[in-house]
Amino acid sequence: MTNALEIRDLHVSIAGSHILKGITFEVPEGGVTALLGRNGVGKTTTLRAVLGLVNHTGDVHVLGTDTRTMVTHRIVRLGIGYVPEDRDVFAGLSVAENLRLAERSSEPDYDAVYALFPELRTRARQRAGSLSGGQQQMLSIARVLLNGWPLLLVDEPSKGLAPKLVTELAETLERIANIATILLVEQNLAVVARLAQRIVVLDHGEVVHQGAASDLGDAELTQQLLGVAGAS
Amino acid sequence: MSVVLSLAFSGVALGAIYFLAASGLSLIYGLMDVLNFAHGMFMTLGAYAGWDVATHLPISWGGAWLLVIEIGAAVVGGALAAAITELVLIRPLYGRPLAQVLVTIGLDLAAVALLLGGFGSNSLTLPVPLWSIEASRIGNVILPHSDFIAIAAGIVVVVALEWFLRRTRYGITIRAGVENREMVRALGIDVGRAFTLVFVIGGAMAGLAGLLYSVVFSGDLVSPLQGDSLLIFAFIVVVIGGLGSIRGSAVAGLIVGLVQDFANYYLGAHAGLAQFGNLSVVLLLAVVLEWRPRGLFGRAL
Repeated sequence: MTNALEIRDLHVSIAGSHILKGITFEVPEGGVTALLGRNGVGKTTTLRAVLGLVNHTGDVHVLGTDTRTMVTHRIVRLGIGYVPEDRDVFAGLSVAENLRLAERSSEPDYDAVYALFPELRTRARQRAGSLSGGQQQMLSIARVLLNGWPLLLVDEPSKGLAPKLVTELAETLERIANIATILLVEQNLAVVARLAQRIVVLDHGEVVHQGAASDLGDAELTQQLLGVAGAS
Repeated sequence: MSVVLSLAFSGVALGAIYFLAASGLSLIYGLMDVLNFAHGMFMTLGAYAGWDVATHLPISWGGAWLLVIEIGAAVVGGALAAAITELVLIRPLYGRPLAQVLVTIGLDLAAVALLLGGFGSNSLTLPVPLWSIEASRIGNVILPHSDFIAIAAGIVVVVALEWFLRRTRYGITIRAGVENREMVRALGIDVGRAFTLVFVIGGAMAGLAGLLYSVVFSGDLVSPLQGDSLLIFAFIVVVIGGLGSIRGSAVAGLIVGLVQDFANYYLGAHAGLAQFGNLSVVLLLAVVLEWRPRGLFGRAL
């Protein structure tokens, strides 16, 4: 099996604080790999380092390409979609403008977007800032689906969403996982258990566990690694 | 009544010039957080570019095309100066606001010194077509043709910029970049190119403002310090209108132009308070900031 993403000895320091201390892991092509850990262990920083949004040392290979000397927009164009933790839709732009801005392909796949999120079609002229949290999350995910990117970095998509919306979101990500590789940062272990095939656990900036998602069924291990009860 | 109408007309023309000077400044700060004190230099260089091209044209080119060519030269001159400034001096300094301020102030001072050295301290006379210094009379109201030019330029630019920002991909990129440039990069967009384009647009508008200021308010004279004197009002217009807002700059430019014109006439000339027009603009700024700190249309300061 080839890897969509390979990270070797990745270090990140921000404002004198050593956030990532030489992490190494791979994300195999296809399915969902979950990146887990307590708050502040460096999960979001890992995604940002992959995208070149923070200074780092170490090797990052995206879809087989070494990205060491590449700037963010070039890395993204290798085929990475990024759904950030706080959605980061452009509030002053309409839904249609947010989507238009995300078009990188000459033939953006609006059919796929509207098949998953029909509401976005009816709200095309609405300002993104006036959407609900769930609708903004739809828009944030829709932006990365337009281009058929093979690798998606999805950061805490369920954060701040009502339980019903979290279930719908998980269903959506499950369908997306059939067409793209997803590296998922998520605190909701039920969502992780439903979606992920593999897990990578960070603690204090280091990888402390890698394995199958079924490891989350081991309550003792989950308690030890994440400080929470298992996701059975 | 005719006095009021005349003042309103010239106030709108002055507002149009202020808008042209402020629009680029507002875009550059709004998108890139670059407080560009070299904007005055762009205006001055625009006016000098217009003068330089016009003085090299055959004497027979005295008609309407003369002004069109001067405007074209000013726009290109301002845009070129802005592109070089962004690529060479500003690009290595993104994220270092103090360094940007110092560099742009230094650049402006150096440009003024170079122009003084190269062209002398005397103002140069911009060749203009005869009709542009004439006026039309409607009833008792005298309407200088140069005011028409400024107002027409202001309308064309506000419509063109609004169209560009609302309808084109680059425009949408710029508006998105004002909100969150990191996310724009994360969508695979080369923000650096958009930054340069914004500088170029800002420089082009500044060049146009510099030339029209000479034509409309400076008796067709071009001088090394004209951009800097206009820059002060451009900053005031940007703050009143709201950072990053073209619409805000247009409305604020209009208000500032009218307030200054009326205050100059009624309080300056009649009440003997010289420079009251300028003072009234500063008072207006204070009132707007007290009432609405982020300006009429802008994001929070």
